[in-house]
Amino acid sequence: MGKKQVPIQEGLFTWPSEDPRLIGSRCRNCGKVSFPTQKSCPACCLQDVENVELAKRGTLWTWTIQGFPPKAPPYAKQETPRTFVPYGVGYVELPKGVRVETRLTENDPDKLRIGMEMELVIEKFMEDDAGDDVMIFAFKPVEGGA
Amino acid sequence: MDVAIIGMGMHPFGRTEGVSGLEQGAFAVREALKDAGLQWKDMQFAFGGSMDGGAADTLVNKLGLTGLQFINVVNGCATGGSALFSAYTSITSGAWDLGVAVGFDKHPRGAFAVDPEGMGLGKWYGQVGLALTTQFFGMKIQKYMHDFGISEDTLVRVAEKAFRNGSKNPNAWRKRPMSCEEIANSLMISHPLRQYMFCSPGEGAVALILASSDKARRFTTKPVYLKAAVVRTRVYGSFEVFSPCQALEQAPSPTVQASKAAYEMAGVGPEDVDVAQLQDTESGAEIMHMSENGLCRDGEQEKLIREGATEINGRLPVNTDGGCLANGEPIGASGLRQVYELCLQLRGDAGARQAPKPLKTAYSHVYGAPGLSGVTILQK
Repeated sequence: MGKKQVPIQEGLFTWPSEDPRLIGSRCRNCGKVSFPTQKSCPACCLQDVENVELAKRGTLWTWTIQGFPPKAPPYAKQETPRTFVPYGVGYVELPKGVRVETRLTENDPDKLRIGMEMELVIEKFMEDDAGDDVMIFAFKPVEGGA
Repeated sequence: MDVAIIGMGMHPFGRTEGVSGLEQGAFAVREALKDAGLQWKDMQFAFGGSMDGGAADTLVNKLGLTGLQFINVVNGCATGGSALFSAYTSITSGAWDLGVAVGFDKHPRGAFAVDPEGMGLGKWYGQVGLALTTQFFGMKIQKYMHDFGISEDTLVRVAEKAFRNGSKNPNAWRKRPMSCEEIANSLMISHPLRQYMFCSPGEGAVALILASSDKARRFTTKPVYLKAAVVRTRVYGSFEVFSPCQALEQAPSPTVQASKAAYEMAGVGPEDVDVAQLQDTESGAEIMHMSENGLCRDGEQEKLIREGATEINGRLPVNTDGGCLANGEPIGASGLRQVYELCLQLRGDAGARQAPKPLKTAYSHVYGAPGLSGVTILQK
């Protein structure tokens, strides 16, 4: 039996899928969108929400580079300063939706720019104890994008 | 009815091997009582808090079993501000007229431990490496620098000032001044913020004795009046630490909300502030908090800091004791440390770091996870 690709958590993004999307919730009362899904609306405090798939492209609102290995746990990977590879983190603004906090596939400060176009990818993060690939969402700069 | 601070005590910040957080808290209370010329048995009430240092109310075992009302106040970075708000309302309501607010802490070495699930976030958020406060600070100042033209050099200058001020403060943790080059070449932690632009979790304790203004004159000739103590949490749309998403329309931060309420409560405006203590978890925070607290316009910091306006001898001294950068951040004590420093400044007792200009109104501000802020305004 081949390796499986399992999402780090069910319900964060559609998976498996040819065209994966993040799953958020939209308030039926005020229209505000949250990610990940939650059962009440943080804006109008009501509990009348529905799940929605979010846009897969957006623009980089801000970013940073994680420069040292995070404490594990909560971080799922055991890293040392020797094995650790810095990773980008940012907020991507999705049209008609919300700004989503995300890992970025790019970790070079010179290649990240506020306002640049970004696209959702689902990528392998690590292997779990069963040897399956644990999949997470991230955003990557769009080639030739604005 | 005004509320006065009539005594202050501090256990030095930093790392004190072999002395527990509670012992540091008891030390601070005794120092504050000595400063006020009072005894523990004179205290009618106490509000106290600590995150990692133990239960504040067990201080009675060390200070004496007098039967006083002791209420634990634990509210993250706003623990001290919450204790002060509680003391303030206890006195203005007429329930009591003499008591103590105390905060202390003793954190393990390294970055703060974070429990995403305990904060209502999914486990995945910590697993993928998003549950780090340092990332938020990096991203907030990154955006602010982009929008308002703040340079990396200004980030360096804020840190350089902090360690220079800390070198004049016998209670500070970091007493060694650091050159701009040393700061600018330190390890990149969370772009654009470097190692020596961040404060570290630490240890320390502060206690303040508070009294009604009627009573205060009996004990001191230099009362400092607590004109406002306010705590606010985030509103929908503000950009906060530990947020997997944020709204497209941005709302003002809890700092802005707390600041406005505090000015109103004290009946003063930003133009009246003579000296300020602002949350400087990292140097970008001090810059952004200057404008969020109404002390300048967005982007004006670049010029103000270059001109030395926030230096001890400047127009608006900020973090005269070296702030969190030089003192570290024992969560339970940090907010009260700010007020302690402002009381010293208003009394003219700040020694080598005394602001030379006449001081009447002082302002303190904390900000912390998961998006709350505490502001106090003091006057002599």
